[in-house]
Amino acid sequence: MISATAAAIPNAPPEVPLLDVRDLTVEFSTRRGTVQAVKHVDVTVGKGETVAIVGESGSGKSVTSYAVMRILDRAGRIANGTITFGGVDVGKADERNMRDLRGREISMIFQNPRAALNPIRKVGHQIEDVLRQHAQAGSDDAKAKAIAILEQVRIARPEERYHAFPFELSGGMCQRVVIALALACRPQLLIADEPTTGLDVTTQKTVMDLVVELTRERGMSTILITHDLGLAAAYCDRVVVMEKGRVVETANSHAIFSAPNHPYTRKLVRATPRLGVTLTDLLPEDDAVSRSALRKASAINGAAHQGAGESPLLVVDNLIKEYPRKDVNGGSFAGLFKRNGAAAPDTPPPVFRAVDGISFSVRRGESVGLVGESGCGKSTTSTMVMRLIDKTDGQILFDGEDIGAIPARQFARLPLRKRIQMVFQDPTESLNPRFTAARAIADPILRMGDEKGTKAVRARCEELATQVGLPLDLLDRFPHQLSGGQKARVGIARAIALKPELVILDEPTAALDVSVQAVVLNLLQDLKEQLGMSYLFVSHDLNVVRLLCDRVIVMQAGRIVEEGPTEQVLGAPAAAYTRELLSAIPHPPL
Amino acid sequence: MSDTTAAPSAPTHGMGAILRHAQYVIRENKVTGFAFGLFVIILLAALFGPHIVPYDPLASNTSAALQAPSARHWFGTDQLGRDVFSRVVVATRLDFAIAIFSVVLVFLMGGLAGVAAGFFGGWTDRIVSRIADTIMAFPLFVLAMGIVAALGNTVENIVLATAIVNFPLYARIARAEANVRREAGFVQAARLSGNGEMRILLGHILPNIMPIMVVQMSLTMGYAILNAAGLSFIGLGVRPPTPEWGIMVAEGAAFMVSGEWWIAFFPGLGLMMAVFCFNLLGDGLRDIIDPQRRT
Repeated sequence: MISATAAAIPNAPPEVPLLDVRDLTVEFSTRRGTVQAVKHVDVTVGKGETVAIVGESGSGKSVTSYAVMRILDRAGRIANGTITFGGVDVGKADERNMRDLRGREISMIFQNPRAALNPIRKVGHQIEDVLRQHAQAGSDDAKAKAIAILEQVRIARPEERYHAFPFELSGGMCQRVVIALALACRPQLLIADEPTTGLDVTTQKTVMDLVVELTRERGMSTILITHDLGLAAAYCDRVVVMEKGRVVETANSHAIFSAPNHPYTRKLVRATPRLGVTLTDLLPEDDAVSRSALRKASAINGAAHQGAGESPLLVVDNLIKEYPRKDVNGGSFAGLFKRNGAAAPDTPPPVFRAVDGISFSVRRGESVGLVGESGCGKSTTSTMVMRLIDKTDGQILFDGEDIGAIPARQFARLPLRKRIQMVFQDPTESLNPRFTAARAIADPILRMGDEKGTKAVRARCEELATQVGLPLDLLDRFPHQLSGGQKARVGIARAIALKPELVILDEPTAALDVSVQAVVLNLLQDLKEQLGMSYLFVSHDLNVVRLLCDRVIVMQAGRIVEEGPTEQVLGAPAAAYTRELLSAIPHPPL
Repeated sequence: MSDTTAAPSAPTHGMGAILRHAQYVIRENKVTGFAFGLFVIILLAALFGPHIVPYDPLASNTSAALQAPSARHWFGTDQLGRDVFSRVVVATRLDFAIAIFSVVLVFLMGGLAGVAAGFFGGWTDRIVSRIADTIMAFPLFVLAMGIVAALGNTVENIVLATAIVNFPLYARIARAEANVRREAGFVQAARLSGNGEMRILLGHILPNIMPIMVVQMSLTMGYAILNAAGLSFIGLGVRPPTPEWGIMVAEGAAFMVSGEWWIAFFPGLGLMMAVFCFNLLGDGLRDIIDPQRRT
């Protein structure tokens, strides 16, 4: 427990840790017998200490924290070990004592803030509920206390926001309300389970800064559960690395990046995209060597492809997308009759410009990154280029042809469809759950491919599977029988099945673990060089964009704020917004 | 899935896997197993009923009228001396057929209309939803009575009436399920693959909501049987002397007061067991069909 924070707090360091988990084993009974999700795990958290539990999906990091809270689902049980919290044996405490403990002594922040809030209750009332539940406030002072708590989590105009419903608040704002709920009863331990996954980098920074600041102020202890080693190292005193239910390494956060001990930690550190690394650096050592040799050889081919295109492949000129703003007072009765009636509105309807006159181009064989936070219009832009939705105004020229003029509905049947394809953000959601991997890959081939007949299509599927590194025996599996990385490969195989010239990558690795992300990013780079495709890479993760893209376009509120070669934009940003984005990336202490 | 080169030890696809999964579900869930057993009995009775029963269900024998259940007549005899057991077993085919056809018909009408409404939205949605609302504005059984009375007293019209009465249920479920999948990633991906909207609807969305529709079909089977029997009970639909559970209950009801309970009781029991079976089957079927649960 060598921790900088613990020393800074006056009443620390304590002899007995606040939370002491010893030899914890958690079992789940499933159809195939019992499965140990957590095996012999030891974790200690001192008073005022911030500890991160880091691991990839399935590592047991969340299950460990659920065991501490005793909120395992019915199939799970603590098979072995002790959990001591402030001298109380949590494993043996009865349900009534646990209810007291949860919320008042230990509270938790969940991943999806919107799901954690009751959608039909005002946020102020929800905070009051918690206060009353634990007898922290009576009916007379509950409201004042709730507003004070909202103020503490830096919510502007707390009196107004007290009356807001969760859907009226942004994601970051909702997470602040959840934090307010968690901290309302001044707990001693806060467990934050992936609190910023799904939030923008700048929001992530403000939320994490807030959590750290509040917990320091109150001398609270925090457990941060995350898959992001960089985030963990930047905000925590100690990092516990878990793999397959076991703790493989516990280290000071300063040491974890500079001197990782365990091979798994080294692999994680390597796979985390950061400043000054190349794509091959992300792969495990032995893999990377062979890969970089291969890449040098193919780089020559890649250069040939790039030289071939003098006219840009894609030109987007002054593209605009407007959505009608929902009229708050507009009667639904009027709306019912307006559409077919002759009563043309005199004033133009109020609109919201999601994309506000943007222009850019993509050359052949080039990777262009489209970067911005949620709501900046980057996804709208990419779906318009993809011809899944119609533009409001402007031009989309693909190889000289104005594809923006073709209605999205008709585009699916044109031969042009073959030349523009897309890899989706969520590999699970973008695969039809009732199609096998082979059927999913075959879908575009069956519709628009040159191969005819079952045999030829199957052969092409196998060729594609080999190309994306998907074992052939997995081809007959359904999506739910595949891992995240395998599903991502199926999605990529499907996108390149028709040999497209432009592929739009919509955060293709956002839902993947870092080590899988490293492999998928390398795969994408290899495929691009082999097939001479152009990429339009839509992402909010600047570290990933840095690795894959030749040029970067930064968008904010529907407009382009900065555009240029990757090194220039990310190395010496001209726009204030780009600088803000860059500074929000958590930098692990080195 | 013509390729059979997969590892022979544990095929993860095909009929074998589904059968093994079905075995698992039935073994794990005794209630589902019971329902399946009952279903097999009903199916056998429907297929072979007329060939295995001991007596001709229509042959009357006034000398043996109103006999209580015995070794010769397991379920007793009715006022015309017909064997109640034979009649109950033979009636299975007609009731079962009415239920199956009406459920298939309502799936084709309501299910497809609902999927289209949910997927296309706009005018399709408005028309389908308003039709469903209109049907739901009537007391359903009275509506069924009205349809049969207006169109004529035939088995086909019972099937049609039962289907129309169930239309809103199917249309609404299918609409809701299609609606949430309308903008799903795999639907977008299907568009990129060059699928037309119709093909996406039938090839991508419909298979995904089939598990829910099949459960719904199983549940409405029970209701369809009740509906048909109910219509016959009040004298619409199937006419005597055709063996049919509803008519038999109606005919036997008069004898209940005088103590000849078996005439109405056994057809009623058959009806109850069939409805019970289909309701239980619904849950079991969902577990078997849904690939998400087959891990």
